[in-house]
Amino acid sequence: MPKDNSIKKVLVIGSGPIVIGQAAEFDYAGTQACRSLKEEGVEVCLVNSNPATIMTDKEIADQVYIEPLTVKSLQQIIIKEKPDSVLPTLGGQAGLNLGMELDESGFLKEHNVRLIGTTALTIKKAEDRQEFKDTMEKIGEPVAASLVVHDIESGVRFTNTIGYPVVLRPAYTLGGSGGGIAHNEEELREILENGLRLSRVHEVLVERCIAGWKEIEYEVMRDAKGNCITVCNMENIDPVGVHTGDSIVVAPSQTIGDKEYQMLRTSALNIISELGITGGCNVQYALNPDSFEYCVIEVNPRVSRSSALASKATGYPIAKVAAKIALGYTLDEIKNAITGKTYASFEPMLDYCVVKIPRLPFDKFITAKRTLTTQMKATGEVMSICHNFEGALMKAIRSMEQHVDSLLSYDFSDLTDQQLWEELEIVDDRRIYRIAEGLRRGFAPEQMHAITLIDLWFIDKIAILVEMEQQLREEELTVDLLREAKRLEFPDYIIANLNGKLSADDVKKMRYDNDIVAAYKMVDTCAAEFAAETPYYYSVYGGENEAVQTNDRKKVLVLGSGPIRIGQGIEFDYCSVHATWAFSKEGYETIIVNNNPETVSTDFDIADKLYFEPLTTEDVENIVRQEKPDGAVVQFGGQTAIKLTQDLMEMGVEILGTAAEDVDRAEDRELFDEVLEKTQIPRAAGGTVFTAEEAKEVANRLGYPVLVRPSYVLGGQGMQIAFNDEEVEKFMDIINQIAQDHPILVDKYLQGKEIEVDAVCDGTDILIPGIMEHIERTGIHSGDSISVYPAPTISQEIKAKIEDYTARLARELHVKGLINIQFIVMDNEVYVIEVNPRSSRTVPYISKVTGIPIVDLATKVIIGHSLKEMGYQPGLAPEADYVAIKMPVFSFEKLRGAEISLGPEMKSTGECLGIAPTFNEALYKAFAGAGVDLPKYKQMIMTVKDADKPEAVGVAKRFAALGYKIYATRSTAKYLQEHGVDALWVNKIGQESPNVMDLILAHKIDVVIDTPTEGHGDKSRDGFLIRRNSIETGVYCITAMDTANALAHALESEPEKVTPIDIATVKNM
Amino acid sequence: MKAFLILEDGTVFTGVSIGANREVISEVVFNTSMTGYLEVLTDPSYAGQAVTMTYPLIGNYGITDDAESDRSYVSAYIVRELSRIPSNFRCKGSIQDFLIEQDIPGIAGIDTRALTRILRDKGTMNGMITTTEYKDLSEVLPKIKAYQVGDVVTKVTCKEKKHLPGEGKRVALLDLGAKRNIAKSLNDRGCDVTIFPAHTTAQEILDFQPEGIMLSNGPGDPKDCGDIISEVKKLYESDLPIFAICLGHQLMALANGLDTHKLKYGHRGGNHPVKDLETGRVYISSQNHGYVVDTDTLDPKVATPAFVNVNDGTNEGLKYTGKNIFTVQFHPEACPGPQDSGYLFDRFINMMEGAE
Repeated sequence: MPKDNSIKKVLVIGSGPIVIGQAAEFDYAGTQACRSLKEEGVEVCLVNSNPATIMTDKEIADQVYIEPLTVKSLQQIIIKEKPDSVLPTLGGQAGLNLGMELDESGFLKEHNVRLIGTTALTIKKAEDRQEFKDTMEKIGEPVAASLVVHDIESGVRFTNTIGYPVVLRPAYTLGGSGGGIAHNEEELREILENGLRLSRVHEVLVERCIAGWKEIEYEVMRDAKGNCITVCNMENIDPVGVHTGDSIVVAPSQTIGDKEYQMLRTSALNIISELGITGGCNVQYALNPDSFEYCVIEVNPRVSRSSALASKATGYPIAKVAAKIALGYTLDEIKNAITGKTYASFEPMLDYCVVKIPRLPFDKFITAKRTLTTQMKATGEVMSICHNFEGALMKAIRSMEQHVDSLLSYDFSDLTDQQLWEELEIVDDRRIYRIAEGLRRGFAPEQMHAITLIDLWFIDKIAILVEMEQQLREEELTVDLLREAKRLEFPDYIIANLNGKLSADDVKKMRYDNDIVAAYKMVDTCAAEFAAETPYYYSVYGGENEAVQTNDRKKVLVLGSGPIRIGQGIEFDYCSVHATWAFSKEGYETIIVNNNPETVSTDFDIADKLYFEPLTTEDVENIVRQEKPDGAVVQFGGQTAIKLTQDLMEMGVEILGTAAEDVDRAEDRELFDEVLEKTQIPRAAGGTVFTAEEAKEVANRLGYPVLVRPSYVLGGQGMQIAFNDEEVEKFMDIINQIAQDHPILVDKYLQGKEIEVDAVCDGTDILIPGIMEHIERTGIHSGDSISVYPAPTISQEIKAKIEDYTARLARELHVKGLINIQFIVMDNEVYVIEVNPRSSRTVPYISKVTGIPIVDLATKVIIGHSLKEMGYQPGLAPEADYVAIKMPVFSFEKLRGAEISLGPEMKSTGECLGIAPTFNEALYKAFAGAGVDLPKYKQMIMTVKDADKPEAVGVAKRFAALGYKIYATRSTAKYLQEHGVDALWVNKIGQESPNVMDLILAHKIDVVIDTPTEGHGDKSRDGFLIRRNSIETGVYCITAMDTANALAHALESEPEKVTPIDIATVKNM
Repeated sequence: MKAFLILEDGTVFTGVSIGANREVISEVVFNTSMTGYLEVLTDPSYAGQAVTMTYPLIGNYGITDDAESDRSYVSAYIVRELSRIPSNFRCKGSIQDFLIEQDIPGIAGIDTRALTRILRDKGTMNGMITTTEYKDLSEVLPKIKAYQVGDVVTKVTCKEKKHLPGEGKRVALLDLGAKRNIAKSLNDRGCDVTIFPAHTTAQEILDFQPEGIMLSNGPGDPKDCGDIISEVKKLYESDLPIFAICLGHQLMALANGLDTHKLKYGHRGGNHPVKDLETGRVYISSQNHGYVVDTDTLDPKVATPAFVNVNDGTNEGLKYTGKNIFTVQFHPEACPGPQDSGYLFDRFINMMEGAE
């Protein structure tokens, strides 16, 4: 069936801010789909509230709206742009829900717009629990015994008939949000209450627990003619019970025979056919490990995280094909872009093994519960490819960048056998390490299998790795042993450590002397049956090297940013991709190295060559030996790439852009002090320390409060404000739990306005696209602050000073490319907080709102062009005549037990943008984009620390004027009442009911303002409970007075109508 | 023990010996299925061939009841890695033991992808698997080059008739090296199936008074089956509904004056899209064939193409004009591979019922 020519203009819905359960994979899918649509001559109008995405670039779509993903704003965009179709299947659950709401309300019909890629009926059949169950029953596909409930009592009654444990799955939520396994009535009531609240339709499925079965997934595609294929199947190493996003996953399945494989494949095709999906779909199964019995767990009638993984694992571009199908093409008409010979109807065949490991945020949220359940907690993931499972697992582990590099990385050696046996029951991210420890001690694999239910095949593979550890430890390193260790992907330095007598360099030399070097194989979708045209490589030891030698153009190595984590998100992928495109336009051959399957950078057609590899020195060195690049850029890949700078130089690779010594001068405290002295720029006084004693000494010299932080980190990891000696000791202890290569910084904490700039410097001139001002004062990490462009409250004089300081610093550091600087403005003086001579989190945001493509410019500067030559006037660019506000978005509700109060350590997972002609409207949009949909009940709770009480009066008065009823705990209530606010006094937790907790749990509160007591050291248990319960009951919780004022402001100015702004028309120069 | 795979072009792969320790020369082919190694090992169509599995991890779930015939007919087995332990609730033993028990020699630990690339670029060729390290290849290369698969149908067909009782239509299945699931697919649909050895005469089959005839898959060059082709021609003339798969499809074509030729490296795997030309629908099929029917000069009075391979456009099925006969190149019986085209067995039954 050829293309449907009545489709001329399509509105593509993105997925909004990055949150746990909905991350970069949708930028990848959306970007690929938009390009695929444009390639077909279709006009693409895009809406996504997330400015950090590549899909919101004007090169990707014809019109780009960075607007809140709400029905209201989508309606206005549709009225303005008049698309004939809406494609909702590429924006994750958010996009699908919106598409459905627009359709159900009759709005689409009224405006003569249709949904493509799916229908409302399809979405309903797959997403509505009861309809889904009925549909599965109709076609004879088994589902676990279940009942949809809308209240707790029905859930309890039903469970009494099927027995505990039961799984609870709220309808229409992300990443299993609000779900879980209940083993008794108490747990059932707790999870059910939470789940009902989080569900858009107050609906939860109570289901027979099939925890422990094998979890197998299929990615299937179907076209309008009914042709269906499977792209990939995957097996979770963690059996059913752990969300697939939190499981270690292997592709293809390993422990099932063709009978089981085909049984489930046929089932998946039956399901996609019955649901009438046109595009991609993901079906998850639980398979009884002792029979052919299976259950359909769930179906995602859209592109998903798993489909991003399946695309990268196979080379099959699911989103691209889904977009073509939405236009009417059939699978046999769509060419497979990898082979150029086969068609999209050819099922991919793998001749390698793929392992995905989730990146969990427990290093950020040390108080959060580490247990893995059906509610997803991972912020990102890594993928690796090898021709054996052991090697793929080893590569994936060292791709994590969580101080893990082998199965020895979590040390359980101090446990007694008894304790270890007990700990094997724990289902968390360290399970494979415990199994490895068990194997080291000779625990029987069968017994460990009985406890963990992880298939013996996987346990045996871990055993093979453990046996190799032991051999390397006990035996002399022969060439054969080395060859086998490398086949299993043991890094040189681990081999050396285990050996104890050799150094990593000795091992490397021994390898080279014996020709034990990495060979590169291609991901080609077809197990070598056809020659492939796109160089997408992975390494193996032992085999023919297929990588094609190229020497015709200058070559640049672009180092990616690895897994998405809090502090290093999708922004850096944006930068890497744009840099790659810019190098390409300048005639370079581009080579990307990255290990993140969710990203655009690892799409097969972004760079000339893609190496899907860990970003460690050894892995990168192997690529360098293969490619011999003319240079490498590290300034776009976040800390992951920056960390490799020194090693790349030692490999003889030229670092393009700002020199490594200058990067050091910005990071190293003492060198940086020299820079500041030379440029005569003030900063908060401070010192460098290694021990707690030294830290206390510096702190007392400076006077409390002080800021304590490690150097060379992103996202303020480990950064804290200390108010006394005791806290300094505590924070130093936490920081030093991980061995520090660099000193720890202790600075005087200045509370002022925080200002941020990104600039491009060509060595002579600088260009500052805009100055951003934070709503929250210093002390809250810049990534967690609301950021406003143009800076609204600072004077021209200060702006000039910032421009001047930026220029001085950029020149002094000989910056070639990007520089990011954070300033404090206090008492009309400007202080530098920190300087990062590299790309930053705000780069995509500022590029978009100013229309100045700074990554592109920075890349050209690195190549040797000057700003003037490119037509840019140096200095601070003229300010825009609209306001853009970046709002951080958090995922606290997914992380039980995580502390939500904001501080110097970043906690947000994503961001959204509000852009409008006025500050008020922009702020309103920013809150709306972040999902703050107020007012509802016009009731709020305030409980603030003493220092905030004077300010709280102003805030309270504003909310009171908005008609809010204000509840406050004792001292706050007293203070407010004394200052003319009609606040209602409410009992503290633990006092008699009704107390503050009862209020929160009654679901009638819009917002809680809880500013934690000075210093987290004496963090009151009450405050923590109030904040956690607010988050878990879906109440918006604010922990800084500045944020509270901003919210009041937004509520005061809710506009009748918002103005959609097409970012693609923004041009500032 | 070290083992060597010597290809007729002189390429030598060094690996480890698996299975029976004996030297063997055969044709070397590759299969891209990721599951179903046991079905591949026991598919009689691989007689005379050494099968290379492109999927590198083989034997993970051990040996189950999924054999497609009573023994393994492959000449040799070539893998990247055999699993140290098998793990599956149906597992009855390891693939290592199975290869020894079936006297199949093989080689593991070689770069099967590199081997596949050679076969893809240069075409299917002969090779030798041996544990002897030949210093001088010229000693063995002529022997390797001289190898011919020959008449393997005779080797793999059943020795005597076999009956699978059923309540439905009486089907005569001509066993040219049939996979078990062909008879089973018919039997499961109620057919009363009688399996006949390959060299049964047409008359004998017709005397049996079947309501339909099924020609199975099988190994080797179809043109080596001269005597069977002439019997197939007689079956063609009988007016009985006939359904043929793979070698059966090729023999029916040859019987009707069409030609076959050898593909450069064949289709072996479970992922090939074939298009039903009548409906335009595409199905993913299980395939295992080195030869294909030429349809360039196909006379529509004899037959018309019914299926075509989406990737390379080669013929995947024929419908015989004025006859109740249709034949396919791929494997609707799957095992291993997708079950998408299993509906063809229903179509055959409908034909016998006079519905088509």
